[in-house]
Amino acid sequence: MSPDDFDGTERKLLQSIVEVARHMFGAAAASIFLVDPDTGELVFEAVSGQGEKELVGSRFPAGTGIAGWVAASGQSMVADDVSEVTQFAQDAAESTGYVPRTIMAAPLIRFEECVGVLEVLDRAESRSDLDDIDLLGLFATQAACGLEFLLRVRNSRREPEGDPYTLLRRIGERLPGRARPSDAAAVRLLAIADDLLSF
Amino acid sequence: MTPTSTPPWRREKRAHFPGVPAWGLATARQAPERFEVSPLAGVTKEWAWGGADGTGARVCVVDTGVDADHPRIGGVERAYEVVSGDGGGLTVAGCAPADPAGHGTACAGVIRSIAPGASLTSLRVLTDGKTGSGSALVTGLRWAIDAGFDLINLSLSTTRSTFRESLQELADRAYFRRCLLIAAAHNMPVLSFPWTFSSVVSVASHDLADPMTYFYNPAPPAEFHARGVKVPVAWPGGREIRSTGNSFAAPHITGICALILSKHPWMTPFQLKTVLYLAADNTMQNGEAHVP
Repeated sequence: MSPDDFDGTERKLLQSIVEVARHMFGAAAASIFLVDPDTGELVFEAVSGQGEKELVGSRFPAGTGIAGWVAASGQSMVADDVSEVTQFAQDAAESTGYVPRTIMAAPLIRFEECVGVLEVLDRAESRSDLDDIDLLGLFATQAACGLEFLLRVRNSRREPEGDPYTLLRRIGERLPGRARPSDAAAVRLLAIADDLLSF
Repeated sequence: MTPTSTPPWRREKRAHFPGVPAWGLATARQAPERFEVSPLAGVTKEWAWGGADGTGARVCVVDTGVDADHPRIGGVERAYEVVSGDGGGLTVAGCAPADPAGHGTACAGVIRSIAPGASLTSLRVLTDGKTGSGSALVTGLRWAIDAGFDLINLSLSTTRSTFRESLQELADRAYFRRCLLIAAAHNMPVLSFPWTFSSVVSVASHDLADPMTYFYNPAPPAEFHARGVKVPVAWPGGREIRSTGNSFAAPHITGICALILSKHPWMTPFQLKTVLYLAADNTMQNGEAHVP
């Protein structure tokens, strides 16, 4: 894998998150859903343990089931006895090919936005529900930081826009009415670009 | 027990610009307004809600919707949802009492189990569109506050700081309209709103099994701890699961507030919060309150 293979790195990071999450709790399985920013759908991205790896990439409508609620509310939760509940059993079976007894889920929050959900199914090494939900929350926070960093690197390496006028228009739209320190830096860069173009 | 006249907090706003002395009280010309004082002396759980079942208290559950047919819910007064209006903005419209995610039903069931007589209304703000839309929360909350509910259960929050100002404004507006917001504290170490505001009652979890046991937390922002671990909750399909999270602690306090308001309907938000404080399990000793 080349150092520029960010898709590969992202995949490894996602897989590492679910592996660690599963082992932290001695769980039967752990999985990650990422929120599609355009549709709000949850996309099943990675699984460790019990479950069907072929289902990676499948999509679920926004706002349904435990993962949907966690994504929408930004709150984590634990649900026990879910195998009793037909709807859950179906959801879970469809998403992972595995029917759990317990589900624990925490949001992955990047900046101020929930970008995904981390789920742990059938944990065996549980200290207490309160400790578990705290620990999962802490880990989800760290995992989201990793994802954020990766996405930032990827964005910074993206090829420049094909059409410079589109880029200029977007810069124009983003500039007014804000006074963040990064804006001053952006204006200085624009001045440099202007200098370069005037030769 | 039921107020006969329009309560002061529901009165039309005065037309003139607010300020001093416009809002002052010239005692030579005008006596302080009389109102039905709820005395606080000797507040115990028995005084606060003994014999009450929530009748008369109107509660709005702002969440994913409520499945009204669930046996643990037993019907809701009305059901609404936030939808896109004609002009592209958001608006509130009536809808069928359903809950695709299950969370709102779980919260409503907890409130119902504590205050079976309370009136429950569902307002769905976690919509089908983009997840976690803070705009839907703001639109829905503004509607619910203006609709005159006594209590609003908010087992959700937004992490987006762009909504902080409007939510803060709404929380203050609710407080002065005698509409108490009961908000679940976030389960994770992130900053979110509106549970962090002082004008709401914020609730985190304790791990005891008694639904009526709750504690005052002298180290806010989470002001109270209520049952939030392995809570038996209603879930769609007429089923029940056990669930853990601050989301389920908040409706315990909402239910207890409904009981208190049903017995003392003239209580204002700061009184209600005070009564919650005085009747909490860690502010009582041998049935005696206020022991330092």
